[in-house]
Amino acid sequence: MSKFKKKKGGDLPAVNTASLPDIVFMLLFFFMVATVMRENTLKIENKLPNADQVEKLEKKDLVMYIYAGKPSSNYKKMGTEARIQLNDDFASVDEIAAFIASERASKREELVPFLTTSLKVDKEANMGLVGDIKQELRKVNALKINYAAIPGDVSKNNQ
Amino acid sequence: MAKRSAPAVNAGSMADIAFLLLIFFLVTTTMEKDSGITRKLPPMEESEEDVIIKQKNIFTVLINNKDQLLVEDEIMELKDLRAAAVEFLDNGGDGSCDYCNGIKDQSSSDNPDKAIISLKNLRETSYAQYISVQNELVGAYNELRNRRALQLGPSSGFRDMNFIEMQKKYKDVKWPGNKTKLKEVVDRIKLEYPQKLSEVQEQ
Repeated sequence: MSKFKKKKGGDLPAVNTASLPDIVFMLLFFFMVATVMRENTLKIENKLPNADQVEKLEKKDLVMYIYAGKPSSNYKKMGTEARIQLNDDFASVDEIAAFIASERASKREELVPFLTTSLKVDKEANMGLVGDIKQELRKVNALKINYAAIPGDVSKNNQ
Repeated sequence: MAKRSAPAVNAGSMADIAFLLLIFFLVTTTMEKDSGITRKLPPMEESEEDVIIKQKNIFTVLINNKDQLLVEDEIMELKDLRAAAVEFLDNGGDGSCDYCNGIKDQSSSDNPDKAIISLKNLRETSYAQYISVQNELVGAYNELRNRRALQLGPSSGFRDMNFIEMQKKYKDVKWPGNKTKLKEVVDRIKLEYPQKLSEVQEQ
């Protein structure tokens, strides 16, 4: 009679989960590398229009973002007219000059001429607001602009 | 006394920690890259003397407050705009443009260098429509530049490459080809079909 008698049972052996952390880490690294942290919390609706002649914006650190659109449902008290958002808060048109100046000050001097302003404007906004923004940008000599758009067919814009 | 080996660290919770981090990065990830239509605004200082431009060299596009298009004083659908702009830019009325394929109509533009597209919009015009129109006009320029790139490319050793690809290759650091030569071609095409788009907003 053996002392180490093997237990006879119908139990299935447990699945070896030792490699589970490896798999998860692999996914983790992928997302860590692919992540771009959201810089601003949007307080406005921001559905970008579609366009098919778009160019990609490279060098993310040399881009200044100006958002515009209707205040989102949490900020109904700000009205239903399209508004401008700079950084984290609503702003008026004449604050754009100060915003551009502060963005320029935060970059190295030799990079300032390469700064691009990306206009992320909701497709339901009207051109009055965009025209005002453009006029302000001309005043501070920030002439490189980019109308942010999602690659797609323009026929989707009118839906 | 027998030497005891150190007890193994319990790695069972490793997966939990990794999952926690994974979920954090999953939530904060935004994959899409910013893209859009790049434009250059005109500088503020107006030139002193008014440049006189012949009426036939201007292609007027007006978007009204109901998002309708008025192109050269005629109502037009958005889908026809690109073809109309290409026809105008490529006209070559004075015969100095030997690479143009246009119909050489005397009442349309003289050559691509003189041809100007004037885009007018009202304050009430929707941004979506404005971007659609911008897109079509940029598309018209790109169409002509692409065609020219396919003509010029082979003689400089850039076969089957359109203008968009040339620009992309020029920016690509990993591209092994001859960049100075490519730059020459790109600059030449830009000079032959310059983007002259003036914008006015009516109050």
